[in-house]
Amino acid sequence: MKYIDEFRDQAQAKAIAAAIAREARPEHHYRLMEFCGGHTHAIFRYGVPDLMPDNVEFVHGPGCPVCVLPIGRLDEAMQMVEKHEVILCTYGDMMRVPGGKRRSLMQAKADGADVRMVYSTQDALKIARDHPDKQVVFFAIGFETTTPPTAVAIKHAKQEGLKNFSVFCNHLLTPAALGALLDAETQVAIDGFLGPSHVSTIIGSAAYEPFAQKYNKPIVIAGFEPLDVMQSTLMAIRLLNDGRNIVENEYTRAVTPEGNRKAQALMSEVFELRDTFEWRGLGLIPESALKLRHEFSEFDAEMRFPVQAQPVTDVKGCECPAILRGQKKPQDCKLFGTVCTPENPMGSCMVSSEGACAAHWSYGRFRGAA
Amino acid sequence: MKLNIKSGKVDMSHGSGGRAMMQLIKELFAKHLDNEYLRQGNDGACFPVAAGRMVMASDGHVISPLFFPGGDIGSLAVHGTVNDVAMSGAKPLYLSASFILEEGYPLADLERIVMSMAEAAKSAGVSVITGDTKVVEQGKGDGVFITTTGVGTVPAGVNISGERAQVGDAILISGSIGDHGVAILSKRENLEFETTIESDSAALHGLAANMIQAVPDIHCLRDPTRGGLATTLNELAQQSAVGVQLNESAIPVKPQVAAACELLGLDPLYIANEGKLIAICSQADAENLLSAMRDHPLGKEAAIIGTVVEDTHHLVQMETRFGGQRVVDFLAGEQLPRIC
Repeated sequence: MKYIDEFRDQAQAKAIAAAIAREARPEHHYRLMEFCGGHTHAIFRYGVPDLMPDNVEFVHGPGCPVCVLPIGRLDEAMQMVEKHEVILCTYGDMMRVPGGKRRSLMQAKADGADVRMVYSTQDALKIARDHPDKQVVFFAIGFETTTPPTAVAIKHAKQEGLKNFSVFCNHLLTPAALGALLDAETQVAIDGFLGPSHVSTIIGSAAYEPFAQKYNKPIVIAGFEPLDVMQSTLMAIRLLNDGRNIVENEYTRAVTPEGNRKAQALMSEVFELRDTFEWRGLGLIPESALKLRHEFSEFDAEMRFPVQAQPVTDVKGCECPAILRGQKKPQDCKLFGTVCTPENPMGSCMVSSEGACAAHWSYGRFRGAA
Repeated sequence: MKLNIKSGKVDMSHGSGGRAMMQLIKELFAKHLDNEYLRQGNDGACFPVAAGRMVMASDGHVISPLFFPGGDIGSLAVHGTVNDVAMSGAKPLYLSASFILEEGYPLADLERIVMSMAEAAKSAGVSVITGDTKVVEQGKGDGVFITTTGVGTVPAGVNISGERAQVGDAILISGSIGDHGVAILSKRENLEFETTIESDSAALHGLAANMIQAVPDIHCLRDPTRGGLATTLNELAQQSAVGVQLNESAIPVKPQVAAACELLGLDPLYIANEGKLIAICSQADAENLLSAMRDHPLGKEAAIIGTVVEDTHHLVQMETRFGGQRVVDFLAGEQLPRIC
């Protein structure tokens, strides 16, 4: 497959692996946090750790939108569909996440709730057009990557005068999470970052420069293909060896320093910052999430369907929060692979294909067993 | 008055046991599926049995959409069950077909399905010798559900079973994976995309017979339908209490299938097939078996894709094209597209 196979080439991988082995200094242990679940997924799906020397370690970051969504928000979506009897449209990953009382949207659907899996915001709009007698709520989650399409859907709904479409907005901002991670009291020992890939196509690589400077950590914007991950790792090692704490961009085929201005304009036209928002694992982070602007409030599901979920604590023993902060690895969790499996997930990190636990379990659990 | 197939619809009377049902059976089902046993007109079909061992397999078909590139529920209902019988090394002989129809379903579409079923049965050399029809109210079905059961005879000396994989055995696949699932996905509502991929739906007993002739001691045969290659190999690993080591570079995947999966965030290893089989045999027999497969039109792209290994965890693992190693797990729930 052209434009894909080139980035999964074994000969290239071996060449980069040799360069990493050559340049990684034996006296140094390199701890690199791959920010996104997409990276984690690539690392395990393609077996990247097998090509790394022992002193290069990947630490999984919080960049999995399903994983960082607090359970309370899922419960609120559940209330919308069950109490207010709306049609709830959601991306597939969200369907199996256990909510409060360990009930998922898939179970709610089996109990009669009208939950529909969609592939895009346009599918949700179509459902609203096709069911003028029903209220349709789009469960919007994700970082900056999925935010512009939600903005487009809201603008379309306004132009068309759709009265039965609204958005339950849970869009999050990546740089805020990066700052929170680095500011945390129990800071994780991370030498550098493999920075977001798809998110950076929107916000641009320059968005990370303040963090590299303030916290003295190199950040390499890294694509999601396995060769991207390897090349970025090599770049990060070189920056660390040279003591240069700057942002470099490996993913130049898609990311520019300034990002996608049009998408940014669209986002700021429709959304504004929330004062604060709770992230699972990272807690309350100021100015880290978006809500609909006043001009679009008629499409805000939170205004249309008042819901109030009880705060929910994680299942006892679930280490998702520490894993999301990079402080623990999935195998460190007592529930991992025993009571918590993809078939019976205790926490969202085991559900989402971008979750660290799911990636470990599905692709790499022989590493723990060995 | 004759059944109005052109513009008529299934109604509740077609399942009531009265004249309307008799007419539907006579003018639609029996007309196309005709054979001497069906013609007996009894509730059950009486047929002679061969000496030796027989295999019986049953398969319910609930596919959406009912018509897809490369087939429809009618042909699929024949192939699915014929293949289940053939995977025991048996020669399929007879099928039963039980239809659950939804009130309001167009008779013209039903006829297309039954004709396609008759065609598939004819080319597979099997007869549908008994059947049943029920009608459910509108909204309580999905157009047409078909359950078929098949029987076949196993040649003497053939002993093919999922628990016979042995450490050191070779693992073969008869061709490219994921074609059926991608063809179906391309026609699903909300997901329609342009593709030239057709379902691989096909009856595999001819291929299986040639393989058995070349290598009578095939250890396992299985068609990787739902859950795809990954799930079927996990089943076999558990059943035989062994591990599996795959080589990703050797697994045939059509570029269009790989591209569609890439776009949707799916893994071809987990996508359904309806015309492929996995074979496990001793390493010594592997090349022989491979050439027998490649000599058959349904096995032209056959490949040796892995080895049976010792593993107390019964994992399926794979050396990736990239050069690393990963687990190929059972599928948890449905394969879901990624968000980011």
